[in-house]
Amino acid sequence: MTQKFSLKGLTSLAVLAASTALTLGTPALADKASNTLNVAFAAEPEPLDTYKIAGRQGLILARHIYDGLLYKNLDTGEIVPALAESWDFTGPLTMEFNLRQGVKFHNGADFTADDVVETLNTVITAEYGTRYSISVDWIDSVEKLDDYKVRINMSKPFAGAVEMLADALPIYPHAFFAENGSAGMAATPIGTGPYKLVSQEPGIRYEMERFEDHYEGSPKSGATIDKISVRTIPEMNTQYAELMSGSLDWIWRIPPDQSSRLEGRVQIISAPIMRIGYVGFAPEAMAGDTPIADKRVRQALIHATNRGAIVDAFAGGASEVLNTPCNPAQFGCEQDVTAYEYDPEKAKALLAEAGYEDGFKMEMVFAAMPRPTAEAVAADLANVGVTLELNEQQYSSGIGKWRAKELPAFFSNWGSYGIGDTAFILSNFFGGGADDLVQDADLATWLTEADTASDRDVRAENYSKAVKKIAEEAYWMPMYNFNVNYGLSNDLNFTPHPDEFARWWGASWK
Amino acid sequence: MLSFISKRLLVAFLVCLTVSALSFGLMFVSGDPAIAIAGAGGRAEDAEAIRVAYGFDRPLVVQYLDWIGSALTGDLGQSIYFNVPVTEIIGNRAGVTLTLGFISFLVALVIAVPLGVAAALRPNGWIDRLALVIAVSGQAIPSFWLGLMAIVVFGVWYGWVPISGADTWQGYILPVIVLSYYAIPELMRITRSGMIDVLATDYVRAAKAKGLPMHLVISRHALRNAVLPLVSLAAVQLGQLLSGSIVIESVFALNGLGRLAWESLLRSDLPVVQAIILILSLLYVVLTTLADILNAVLDPRLRGSS
Repeated sequence: MTQKFSLKGLTSLAVLAASTALTLGTPALADKASNTLNVAFAAEPEPLDTYKIAGRQGLILARHIYDGLLYKNLDTGEIVPALAESWDFTGPLTMEFNLRQGVKFHNGADFTADDVVETLNTVITAEYGTRYSISVDWIDSVEKLDDYKVRINMSKPFAGAVEMLADALPIYPHAFFAENGSAGMAATPIGTGPYKLVSQEPGIRYEMERFEDHYEGSPKSGATIDKISVRTIPEMNTQYAELMSGSLDWIWRIPPDQSSRLEGRVQIISAPIMRIGYVGFAPEAMAGDTPIADKRVRQALIHATNRGAIVDAFAGGASEVLNTPCNPAQFGCEQDVTAYEYDPEKAKALLAEAGYEDGFKMEMVFAAMPRPTAEAVAADLANVGVTLELNEQQYSSGIGKWRAKELPAFFSNWGSYGIGDTAFILSNFFGGGADDLVQDADLATWLTEADTASDRDVRAENYSKAVKKIAEEAYWMPMYNFNVNYGLSNDLNFTPHPDEFARWWGASWK
Repeated sequence: MLSFISKRLLVAFLVCLTVSALSFGLMFVSGDPAIAIAGAGGRAEDAEAIRVAYGFDRPLVVQYLDWIGSALTGDLGQSIYFNVPVTEIIGNRAGVTLTLGFISFLVALVIAVPLGVAAALRPNGWIDRLALVIAVSGQAIPSFWLGLMAIVVFGVWYGWVPISGADTWQGYILPVIVLSYYAIPELMRITRSGMIDVLATDYVRAAKAKGLPMHLVISRHALRNAVLPLVSLAAVQLGQLLSGSIVIESVFALNGLGRLAWESLLRSDLPVVQAIILILSLLYVVLTTLADILNAVLDPRLRGSS
């Protein structure tokens, strides 16, 4: 508040100075000796009741503390047993789970069917206020069949059910949860996970220790690091300094230009993630009175944008140009679709054909995207006569305008909750809901069928039809898949995953 | 004097109310809080559920009156993000900011006032030139950059002090140096110019002429008058330092009120933002009121002009 200076403008200056200075500095010394992994996040984690939080930082910590019934092996794409030993669809709307015996919670309580029943039946109630209704609104009730067997009665067919049960719906100890509720779980998180929380200053510092009684056969077993210390350090330059001085072993979300400066001094790993950038076009905006309502205009805009150059310049790392309105890593994300190569001449011809040979002006709000990428899009479109009025807004303002049908184009990103299934992106934007400003009846029908079918072939076929049509009609300009740059101590082995859930239980020292 | 103070307190109270109403309205102009809370991955249905759950669907006036009513009874509501009472969070974070702000203010004052006086005694002398260098660099060098340089040199190269966090008192060393360096120039300049003006007055010349030692001329005659504008400025400076420097708290990972305000604003944690705005406006009002009263004590002529 006391500052009069532009932070952004100073960042690069500071990094330059800091990195130059650091070349003269001391070599990195990881905290390998005390077998403690020192981690920093820039954002404050939310309280660790997984059902109430949205931020990745809190969810990462929670996944170390809690387990779900199932677990997804992202290397193979396979769903594997976790707290449930086996499971089966016993009817179109019922699933039964045989639970694992001999599992202990961090407070010493035994894991049984009561924990599953109490947890899930509580979090599906409206009063509980689970943050994302999509995660639990498909559950009608959970029944205890015996001490180690439960049945989930579904309220509607939902193809993403198994994905959700794979670690996104943690199981809490029933007695403690019934007595203390959400606030209790946040204050004293108790799970069955590979690490237990030993102390926390909410949002600031978390200390975890390996849980020695973690159950055998867990997909999260084999942790070799004794302690994990997580701190919030908002300023990235401070994180770089700590990483290079050896006080930190793991940081992430390093911007591409800065990761190249750090490379060589520490380990930098770039990994693709589920989140993708997109420009949504809204034929339905302003009651259809917008050039965007014309398919040829939409196609022209994509041809006019040099997405390859934008990715190279601003995203870097593992990011690639997308032709589909979903992440290629997601199930059902058909790749055999109409692709729009960079061709400004073709764009001009299409615009002329649509009656816009002299171009036009259009507002584009961008939110949660770097300004340079938005400016690059605007510069490319200016070459074909289209003037973009760029308007940077908070995501809440931008999406608010979009939902109010006031925006012809919105440049933002979507992370699909980190879930590798096309259902978690297409249905939101093309399924007929409030975010769907295309309102294509065919798409809504295909997507509903795909989202509710249990047959994977039926799902894949319907998503394929939808993705092809979205690309052909140029309803979206998919930009690129995001990547995350991790900065690691030179002594650390760590494997990143595309769902952005850091699995520190799999990390080890070299 | 009593009527002077009561009038100032009444004005102060009205200012607080106005600021709180304005800030309350502005929060809603900046975007739909329900969407912000639902997050960038939230669907329209999630935002709608949040809108109802937190009462954002009620008229703005009702929401404001409801909040201010509770605030007057000491209930500042529940943080949406942290899911705990706002007073608890602010209580946890205030200590860091108050410590940082007060110490930085004292350090700045202890350096700025003597330096300003010394500079005024010998204009264009070496102390005055040194003061000028400090003033110019303090205002020109961004504290963000200075903070990072301090981290690199004293934290990374030499390893003398912790780079971030306030786990020990050493964690405050670098932030205090940087923050006070930022506050020194204005305090010093106003001391210097005030002293130069006062030293040129007839009564100071008379005091010198009658043979009073210089230190008595300064402390008894000159400084008391030169300090009047300094008191007003110091109140504002202290307010700024106590309201928490977002930049300094971010660079040094100090989890104080400044950062809490900034982060809460970004995540639309309305109860926290509203509480911080109210507390900070109260703080400014109290400090400026105290400064006015102090000035009135120092200079009786000001009491009449109220």
